[in-house]
Amino acid sequence: MSVSVRIPTILRSYTGGASEVPADGATLLEVLDDLEANHPGIRARVLDDAGEIRRFVNVYVGNDDVRFLDGLKTPTPEGAQLSIIPAVAGG
Amino acid sequence: MSSTPTGPVVTDSGTVVRDGAFGNARALSCRECGHQVPLGPHYACPECFGPLEIAYDFPAVTREQIAAGPRNIWRYKALLPVPDDIESSPNTEPGFTRLLQARNLGAALGIDTLWVKDDSTNPTNSFKDRVVACALSAAREFHAKVFACPSTGNLANAVAAAGARAGIKTVVLIPADLEKPKQVNSAVYTDSLVAVEGNYDDVNRLASEIAGEEEGWAFVNVNVRPYYAEGSKTLGFEIAEQLGWRLPDQVVIPVASGSQLTKVDKAFRELVALGLVEDKPYRIFGAQAEGCSPVAAAFREGHEVVRPVKPDTIAKSLAIGNPADGVYVLDVCRRTGGAVESVTDDEIREGILLLARNEGIFTETAGGTTTAVLRKLVETGQLDPTLETVIINTGMGLKTLDAVADSVGAAATIEPSYDAFTAAGIV
Repeated sequence: MSVSVRIPTILRSYTGGASEVPADGATLLEVLDDLEANHPGIRARVLDDAGEIRRFVNVYVGNDDVRFLDGLKTPTPEGAQLSIIPAVAGG
Repeated sequence: MSSTPTGPVVTDSGTVVRDGAFGNARALSCRECGHQVPLGPHYACPECFGPLEIAYDFPAVTREQIAAGPRNIWRYKALLPVPDDIESSPNTEPGFTRLLQARNLGAALGIDTLWVKDDSTNPTNSFKDRVVACALSAAREFHAKVFACPSTGNLANAVAAAGARAGIKTVVLIPADLEKPKQVNSAVYTDSLVAVEGNYDDVNRLASEIAGEEEGWAFVNVNVRPYYAEGSKTLGFEIAEQLGWRLPDQVVIPVASGSQLTKVDKAFRELVALGLVEDKPYRIFGAQAEGCSPVAAAFREGHEVVRPVKPDTIAKSLAIGNPADGVYVLDVCRRTGGAVESVTDDEIREGILLLARNEGIFTETAGGTTTAVLRKLVETGQLDPTLETVIINTGMGLKTLDAVADSVGAAATIEPSYDAFTAAGIV
């Protein structure tokens, strides 16, 4: 599945400054693996040493926080918009 | 831990910030991994996404220096990330709100010594004026063109008012279903109130995305959040100063993002470290609405992480389902021997009336939550009623009239005659 991923400012050093990049994958984990293949180092910024989404990172598929879906197993349908966003905002 | 950055502060857009722009602040330090970055409009650690906090090199600060300052938060400017000439820039001059001894409420709940720190008397009637004043200073020093926020209401009021006073364009984003008074209280100050079809967490996400794309925007609780959050320390400073330069035994604080609670704790620790108060044990308690209680749930279940929830409560100013500082609230409450509790919407309404009828303070739903949690903590034996206790009232009841409009009203409607009055059984 071909999707589009919005990249937060602090990760744009991995994408050559691009704020949005294309990626492939049927699940969030596959998309992150594909991102890593094209932008080495980015996966370790999003996932911790245990391979889980870092606690101060929010990932959305469409408008939904993947923590309310299936986490890294969340399906990423063709054309989906994914967003990676720092979680420490608000309040 | 990386070494302390040095050299002039330069923003991503190349703006050089003047010397002394952030007072005694030295760097931004990641609360998770300790990585340090230069002072700038940044909020997330580039290494681990953890929250960046202000690190300082404090000089010696005396009680006399503080007492000689203005009767607002700038009396503590040496302990905030603001310049020494902060008073000369137009701002709302919040703080130094009253600390009232609550004898009636204490008696009603069986608490020997109870105080209410009443922040509803701030310029826009909530504690948010404190944090916004610090964020405004940062925005000014970073030469921001737009002063903005995602908000559950009170923050939008404070940002819109402070921006008007400072002469900077404001944009405030709120959930579209927010209480009407909170919408009006922002819209009078700004022509850019944006109602977003979604809950607060949706609004917050949108703000983070805008902050990442737009140059020259200072989102108070996004990209200048480290500066903003420090403003909540002044609640802790004032409580200690108003008690005669000593710390209380117990404090009950409402929890939305959790920032305020963690900053009151930070304030107490800084006062101790600077020798301004004696070190002593204190316990900090968090208060949440059951319809949005991810931190209370994590505390109760002994979890280290906070699982986000979809809010459903009348306490809209506390309705943050994914609280940024939730894990740190757990740390503080566990470290100090406190707790995080939650109460139902009906208990929140009772809490509003409990505070109003015993102390003449009309609080909003957040304060109703705090008061109701105080009662619950006493009833469940979690709070020691023999110890000196402070609760923080963060906002004004006039902004959430609907919450109690159906619970109170005329006790009788009568003819204008004395007979009718006596027949009504009022006295």
